[in-house]
Amino acid sequence: MTPTRDPLVDALRSAPTADLEADLEGALARAEAEGLVDVAYARTDSPVGPLLVAVTPAGLVRVGFDREDDEAVLDELAARVSPRVVRSARRTDEVRRELDEYFAGRRDHFDLPLDWRLARGFRRQVLERLHAEVPYGRTVSYLELATLVGNPKASRAVGTAMATNPIPIVVPCHRVLRSGGHLGGYGGGLPAKRLLLALESGEAPLL
Amino acid sequence: MRSTPVPPPFQRLLDEHGPALHRFCLAQAGPDHGPDCFQEAVLAALRAYPDLRDSTNLRSWLFTIAHHKVIDHHRRTRRLEPTADVGAHPEAAPAMAATDPDAPDAQLWAAVALLPDKQRGAIALRYLADLPYADIAAALGCSEAAARQNVRAGLARLRSEVTR
Repeated sequence: MTPTRDPLVDALRSAPTADLEADLEGALARAEAEGLVDVAYARTDSPVGPLLVAVTPAGLVRVGFDREDDEAVLDELAARVSPRVVRSARRTDEVRRELDEYFAGRRDHFDLPLDWRLARGFRRQVLERLHAEVPYGRTVSYLELATLVGNPKASRAVGTAMATNPIPIVVPCHRVLRSGGHLGGYGGGLPAKRLLLALESGEAPLL
Repeated sequence: MRSTPVPPPFQRLLDEHGPALHRFCLAQAGPDHGPDCFQEAVLAALRAYPDLRDSTNLRSWLFTIAHHKVIDHHRRTRRLEPTADVGAHPEAAPAMAATDPDAPDAQLWAAVALLPDKQRGAIALRYLADLPYADIAAALGCSEAAARQNVRAGLARLRSEVTR
């Protein structure tokens, strides 16, 4: 903003500000009460780095690692779920609490409702099966998981399902390893995968 | 067929334009009613957002909504105070002057609140929303020339009332 020669215009341009945050919070509380918030998100810290968590009225829809660009994750949510995406500490409170408990070693399963809509078809089927049947502290190979969904030849497709898991950590794709015990890949990076596996094997007190 | 850009996450609009939108509402409707205009504008924008056809000029879209909320507020106020001789008594202005008459520019904001809708809107869209005249004209529903004329007339009126 370049100053003008006109003090009246300068005075208009420097209109006083007031408590924006409170008014914004008020607006978003009303928006939620009216059902106008389709996706609420927050950032939260964890031992595997900052996470972005996003929820819809149906449940947890996305967990994003730091190495994914947050803005790109939000763009994806806007395009694939709804552009009515807003930040909300309150709506994401339960998710963040359960994640904290998990990382503190005080929780071995999540009680969160999940919104699976970002996973489709076979990938979703694999992820749901993984979520339902591979508990805390256990690991399976891509082949075993493929067999579990009744398609032992599909271990490559299982690998793709893991790589595109929209809800990592909670849907435990870190428990899926290459046969022979090799780590395989991980969307959050291999150090994160190692750390999660160590946590669940009781090796590493994290917090 | 041209594909229209997908609207960005609504939060990005709030982050980019929220502070200016808030000042825009408070400057025109005062500290008592400005927050409500702001909240109404945010809610109206959220309601319309998923069906938005053209997301190329979101700033203008957002401020146009807020402009209408401010006008709604002023119309309501005028209905509630039918005897008020609006314009003749800037000291009776319901806006900024209501808090602290000694605050810097309190007199100015009181005078802004009492401008006719088109002049107040034109001035706020120009100097608080920083919109180009084409967008101001669209928001006011008039020609670009008329938008410029409203800004000039509003400034002239403020000058005569504030610098006395």
